Amino acid sequence: MASSTLEAGGSRRHGGTLYEMRRNIWAYIFIAPFFLLFAIFGLFPYLYAFYLSFVQWDGIGGPASQQWVGLENYQSLFRDDVFWKSIYNSIWLFVVTSLNLVIALLLAFILNSGLVRFKEFYRAAFFAPIVASSVAIAIIFSTLFGERYGALNYVIGLVGIAPVDWLGSAFWIKPAIALVVIWRYFGWNTIIYLAGLQSINTDLYEAARVDGAGWRQIFFRITMPLMRPVITFTVILSIIGALQLFEEPLLLAGGTASTSPGGTDRAGLTVLVYMYSQAFQYLEFGYAAAMSVALFVIIVVFSFLYYRFLGREEA
Amino acid sequence: MASVTSPEGVVPRVETHHTGAITMRDRINSAIMYILLTLLALLSIYPFWWMIVASTRRSATILTAPPPLLPGGALGLNYEQLVAQLPYWRNTINSVGVAGIHTILVLFFCSLGGYAFAKFRFPGRDRLFGLMLATMMIPGVLGIIPSFMLMRWLGWLEGADNYLPLIIPGVANAFGIFWMRQYIASAIPDDLMDAARIDGAHEFGIYWKIVLPVVTPALAALAIFTFMGKWNDFFWPLIVLKDEIDYTLPVALASLPNLYSNEIGVQLLGATIAIAPVMIVFLLSARRFMAGLTAGAVKGS
Repeated sequence: MASSTLEAGGSRRHGGTLYEMRRNIWAYIFIAPFFLLFAIFGLFPYLYAFYLSFVQWDGIGGPASQQWVGLENYQSLFRDDVFWKSIYNSIWLFVVTSLNLVIALLLAFILNSGLVRFKEFYRAAFFAPIVASSVAIAIIFSTLFGERYGALNYVIGLVGIAPVDWLGSAFWIKPAIALVVIWRYFGWNTIIYLAGLQSINTDLYEAARVDGAGWRQIFFRITMPLMRPVITFTVILSIIGALQLFEEPLLLAGGTASTSPGGTDRAGLTVLVYMYSQAFQYLEFGYAAAMSVALFVIIVVFSFLYYRFLGREEA
Repeated sequence: MASVTSPEGVVPRVETHHTGAITMRDRINSAIMYILLTLLALLSIYPFWWMIVASTRRSATILTAPPPLLPGGALGLNYEQLVAQLPYWRNTINSVGVAGIHTILVLFFCSLGGYAFAKFRFPGRDRLFGLMLATMMIPGVLGIIPSFMLMRWLGWLEGADNYLPLIIPGVANAFGIFWMRQYIASAIPDDLMDAARIDGAHEFGIYWKIVLPVVTPALAALAIFTFMGKWNDFFWPLIVLKDEIDYTLPVALASLPNLYSNEIGVQLLGATIAIAPVMIVFLLSARRFMAGLTAGAVKGS
């Protein structure tokens, strides 16, 4: 860009694209590390996952020990009740944890209203959970969820609710995981929404108010449409994140050494935890690869559907 | 919650609050708003406080109703048991080393790539940039199994090389390059580089001597995100690291005997050591950290 201003129009005289490429050779060298590393550690594994999903392999032997089994892994997957359960659990967790986006939007709207003092404090407090290690957080919460002496049961006991076996019962394990995930991410999304709100020109609000619009109209007619790109961004991120939950379900429902990951009735088993146990505990690498392909397709479909029907600018 | 967003409560920039009469209703709305915010702030902070409290107590004085609110005196005893169960300081050093080296490499490669995308006009630039951004949307789950296999083939799972899988992939990553590009595009005037070129400076010299010194704020923010992300990373190190002595902190923490067979305080002391360093950095840099983060996030959409 810089040199092009020096030799304005020069490229055409010197012979077009090839000349431009040679003149900018250093730019290509500077961006080469990304494309090289992506080819090796990104693209190759992504493509190879599809191949692996058609073989049987214990993950220990070399490529020669991989046995081609055709669609067998996928056929087993379709018949595998545990896999379907893990899909159900993952989608359940995605839907319920989406609540954090609603909380975040509301909080961002309040913090942006100009009526709140100590805004910096609230922002930092809400954001703190995302900074901490999710493993450490899972351990902290596993004590807070204790049935007899956990803080959560103590608090609900104050209003007369009987103690809940959060981590041990098939019914409560998913809500418990969801609670941790919502707790961890609502502050992150609040900060992103807050930035989005701050970029909206306040003249628009003034104009709407002068025209007699109430808060409801301002929120739904001005704020929401202008926030659409930011909301789309956060929803896509939370689809990708929530469908790939791993640390929280692994540690709250069993732990790394558990022989039955997912807890009671596998009610806390997510697709990623199941995939991990199939590959690294049962050495079914081909089967696990088929699982990763299936989850990949689900994530892409969810993201696409959201974008297609809700994420785009209205026509 | 709906009551909080009642008419006078949350309309953006309501000047009437300062000039007009403050009604009873305004006060109630305002009170509800502060109660909600403060309650959520307490909920965000309490688990960390609980962690500190419990890490200084033995299980017998943790398992009480109501749960204890103040630290006890068993920090030393918990500490002795923690280091007896795991080489925890070695694990901490592993974490610092892996996250530190990775971060330095990320700063170098991402600022270099970001500079090229921001300040050169080369054929294919916009397409390559778009392609790079698109790679961010690929769910990582797909690559886990084959990546593990690749590491085995490269011999990176053996001996001291077993840190390479944690350090090398991602040193030139799409987010970092995007982040640096955004900053460099607006922070460095073209004249500066033109002048250097006329003086015969080498392109790498321009990057090293002129660009890098100017973009330190963006580098600082990227360093914090990268270090935190790597420090907290769990899934990949869990797969790659085999021996206790090589574990990073989160993997070591997850391998501690669980609640039913271990002192709660020992586990939570482990959690405290894993959380404290990044939390302190965050609290010291919270304002700049979040301002930077949001700038990137919103532009990124």
